[in-house]
Amino acid sequence: MASVVSPITGAVPMPPPPARGAPFRVMPGFGLSLGFTIFYLSLIVLIPLSAVFFKTFTLTWEAFWHAVTSERVVASYKLSFGASLIAAFINVIFGGIVAWVLVRYKFPGKRFIDALVDLPFALPTAVAGITLTALYSSNGWIGRYLEPLGLKVAFTPLGVVVALTFIGLPFVVRTVQPVLEEAERELEEAAASLGANSWQIFARVVFPTITPAMLTGFALAFARATGEYGSVIFIAGNMPMVSEITPLFIITKLEQYDYAGATAIAVVMLLASFAMLLTINLLQAWTRMRGGKR
Amino acid sequence: MSAVLTPPVAAPAKPARRGELPTASNVFEPAWIRVVLITIALLFLTLFLFVPLVAVFAEAFKKGWQAYLAAITDPDAVSAIKLTLIAAGIAVPLNLVFGIAASWAIAKFEFRGKSVLLTLIDLPFSVSPVISGLIYVLLFGAQGWMGPWLQAHDVKILFAVPGIVLATVFITFPFVARELIPLMQSQGTEEEEAALVLGASGWNTFRRVTLPNIKWGLLYGVILCNARAMGEFGAVSVVSGHIRGETNTMPLQVEILYNEYNFAAAFAIASLLALLALVTLAIKSFIEWRLHESQQDDTDPAIQEHIA
Repeated sequence: MASVVSPITGAVPMPPPPARGAPFRVMPGFGLSLGFTIFYLSLIVLIPLSAVFFKTFTLTWEAFWHAVTSERVVASYKLSFGASLIAAFINVIFGGIVAWVLVRYKFPGKRFIDALVDLPFALPTAVAGITLTALYSSNGWIGRYLEPLGLKVAFTPLGVVVALTFIGLPFVVRTVQPVLEEAERELEEAAASLGANSWQIFARVVFPTITPAMLTGFALAFARATGEYGSVIFIAGNMPMVSEITPLFIITKLEQYDYAGATAIAVVMLLASFAMLLTINLLQAWTRMRGGKR
Repeated sequence: MSAVLTPPVAAPAKPARRGELPTASNVFEPAWIRVVLITIALLFLTLFLFVPLVAVFAEAFKKGWQAYLAAITDPDAVSAIKLTLIAAGIAVPLNLVFGIAASWAIAKFEFRGKSVLLTLIDLPFSVSPVISGLIYVLLFGAQGWMGPWLQAHDVKILFAVPGIVLATVFITFPFVARELIPLMQSQGTEEEEAALVLGASGWNTFRRVTLPNIKWGLLYGVILCNARAMGEFGAVSVVSGHIRGETNTMPLQVEILYNEYNFAAAFAIASLLALLALVTLAIKSFIEWRLHESQQDDTDPAIQEHIA
């Protein structure tokens, strides 16, 4: 899921491992490095994460079901998943345009802008949260112009969408960019020489090439947005049933010392993110197939 | 195929920068479409990136230099900065060692279950920060697995520095490994094997052959890992307990000041974190440029041969 974070490799799939005929190994340190990897992985990730599932097993099925389907938590699912979908959709459209412009056109300041696209990865989420809130509140730089139009952004679900759009911005750009760079321009040239206009070239040649990458970027942005906490809680207003996201609801449960209830909701979110992880892996396999050449 | 279509180039091809067009003639869109697309992209990025970035610093200096300096030299702020440095100072080296071990095992050897291992290494990226904090509450909290034992032995992990460090280690777990694995896989094992056959010890091979090859990728992973370690909010917020001057990291201090309506001070500390983000991006761009150059060096002979 994080391969997108890496412009060294881009979304470029890992090369297939070299075929090894002989079982004889020249390279040293296999046992040590693999042993340490598995030990550290278990200690830091697997054992702690399994605690969530073991804790859930202490609940009866009825109690679990009650905890994860209460009216307030269902409202938070709707907000978290709904706002994440909208934000990911905004990012697919505008992120796609940004990727296209960065790959295909020349304009002043392009390299600076290219570097700045990763800002949402590097900027701590709490900083993003308070800054967006300041901008979109009724006396903020942007909010003061939206308020007269009847658009309240800060402390409404719309604010959640704004924060999640910011957080997800680099994902689509960074997955589509390498695919566009690798795309075979000859195909577009061929289409042009056969008389296709620029819209036809885009719709019939370019769009099918970048579709898997666009979908991967969408899924990555969506997955990140559903779990996001820091940037949202400042701008959301956090009103139960209206602008309360699921991660915040988990924290609320924790503060009431309802550990079992918090864990039950966490399990629902974990299962959702595992499902998305699987989807993303399948999408990336598809991207690789479409890429073909590698 | 491409050799047939592209006209032969006399001079050695100038390395095309990322995104640069070989020729302008194969842009098919009319000029107005180009202008419209560039305008849309710039407006979108201005609204979502430039304006927030400028706003952080504008808000931080709203009450002048004096207030800014007072805010970042406040004892609570200083202790938050110290704690942030401690957490990152422990989490980054741990995950660096893990990243090297994992990438050595995965990139240099073949074994069953490798793809499962890769997926598991990525897990912390797909877990919500809040859940990352929650798991440590379940383990070390008063009602947790180890809670009674810890209380009996008077060891504090949750709502204390060790909990913050653990949560940070979890959150930043995959960063270095994710950068190194594909890099080392693409480099193969030939160079190491040559060194070993010539009699170098395993450690010397790693130090003299592998390390120089991966140094930029390593640095890349480390700065991303560090940025996340210093900026993490959700997970740390769950395990910290928010004790002023004791268990507050910089992002948590920002939250507390903000919730007290002390906006100028909140943005002053936020501006330090924003500065960290900008430095991270600058180093990252520099490394990408270096890697790009070295890749050009690698491909150059092939291109030359192709042209000849």
